[in-house]
Amino acid sequence: MSSFDLTEILGNPEYVSMLLLGIKMTFVVAIGSWTLAMTLALLLLGLRYAPGPFGNAFVTVYVSYHRNVPTLVQLLLWYFGIFTLMPDPVTFWLNDHNAEAIFAVIGLGLCQAAYFSEDLRSGMRAVSPGQMEAARALGHSYVSAMRFVMVPQGVRNALPALVNHSVSLFKNSSLAVAIGVAELTYAVKEIENLSFRTFESYLLVTVLYLVFSLMIMAAGAYIARRADPLRRARP
Amino acid sequence: MISDIIAIIRDYWLLLLIGQYPNGPLGGLAATLILSVLAIAFAFPVSIALALARLSKSPFLNWPVTALVYFTRGVPLLMLILWGYFLVPLATGANVPSFLTMLVTLVVYQGAFLSEVVRGGVVALGHGQMEAARALGHSYLGAMRYVILPQALYNVIPSIISVFVSTIKDTTLGYVINVPDLTFAASQINNQLLTQPFQVFFILAAVYYVICWSLTRVAVATEGRITRKRAGTVPLQTAKSLKLAALTDQPS
Repeated sequence: MSSFDLTEILGNPEYVSMLLLGIKMTFVVAIGSWTLAMTLALLLLGLRYAPGPFGNAFVTVYVSYHRNVPTLVQLLLWYFGIFTLMPDPVTFWLNDHNAEAIFAVIGLGLCQAAYFSEDLRSGMRAVSPGQMEAARALGHSYVSAMRFVMVPQGVRNALPALVNHSVSLFKNSSLAVAIGVAELTYAVKEIENLSFRTFESYLLVTVLYLVFSLMIMAAGAYIARRADPLRRARP
Repeated sequence: MISDIIAIIRDYWLLLLIGQYPNGPLGGLAATLILSVLAIAFAFPVSIALALARLSKSPFLNWPVTALVYFTRGVPLLMLILWGYFLVPLATGANVPSFLTMLVTLVVYQGAFLSEVVRGGVVALGHGQMEAARALGHSYLGAMRYVILPQALYNVIPSIISVFVSTIKDTTLGYVINVPDLTFAASQINNQLLTQPFQVFFILAAVYYVICWSLTRVAVATEGRITRKRAGTVPLQTAKSLKLAALTDQPS
């Protein structure tokens, strides 16, 4: 075995460009599915509170499915299963537009939406109902009490959970490799195959993942600190 | 569609259940369950040791374990599996079955997550218990062993079940290093049939759903029991429990 030498990888422009493409794809998948997940989570939360039994039942089933089936299986079902059931024109269009990445975004986004919506819901539930009553007594309308009293506190409660799940969404973007998306984990396997530098390439990508995850955690901690009312109240 | 699904189950139920055993390694659902049970069984003592190390005031115990916890929280499990696939045979010098590699990786990964759960349980007990035990003449470790851990571990049983559910879901990632588990069996069936991928993966999803859903119900029921039993004695720390829930309830 040859000795440890990172320059074997970092000094080779071909490998570096593979890494950069991998990072780009990881971010495309992660940011795309985060956006989809958050949008859907808000819709699901709205459905939860919608009048009538139908919305609540739908969200319960949705959340239950996405939390109890492994994410990888959901991705496989989307890419190998549902993809083949689609009409031909859609299939052709998707194949022209990086179908793997699109299905990774859809699969991860739909799955994560279940977690985000539950985070937001438990955050909202932790706000005491007295807050709403007090706001109404002070003359707020329902909507404005929600906007100025309930939602800020609810989101603040949900923040730690949302950050944790955002980190795990970022980590789960690596699952996309199973359906052939050329993201960071895919890149490291390619580089390893070409260079036979297993240790160096794994180390490099592990550090990259770690740095990005820690950055998300740090950003979450910063937002939590900024949103802390005790800190904001001080001059 | 439904008749296809029934036909697949009729033809391949044995493969889904035990893989190619006795003609090959044990696989299918049996391997998935054995792998998860072994992983959580080994991860449990590991997690208590890690939690105690993280709770201790000694920086030599505290820092490495904190680093390990952040490491496992920050790196995808898939990457850890690749590391295991590379390092475990290197460390043992033998041709290790992928099942064992996966087991080692899961023990490290879930051990770190579980240690946060155990630590959360200890912290949620509050200082009073430790101080009272010390005042009664227990040593630090004696207090942990006889007073703190029995209560803390009891309180976190629901979270431990949640970690077990995530472990079952995590075993699917063994797919990338060809661990012969349920997902592997399903993709084998898919490769044989070729024409019915949706039906095959639908069955796969349904099986996982039934197992994980039942266990989640068990966790919820246990949580209700424990809360009722401890009513009034456990402080309501909403933010802390939310954070804990987010840790144990990982999508994977």
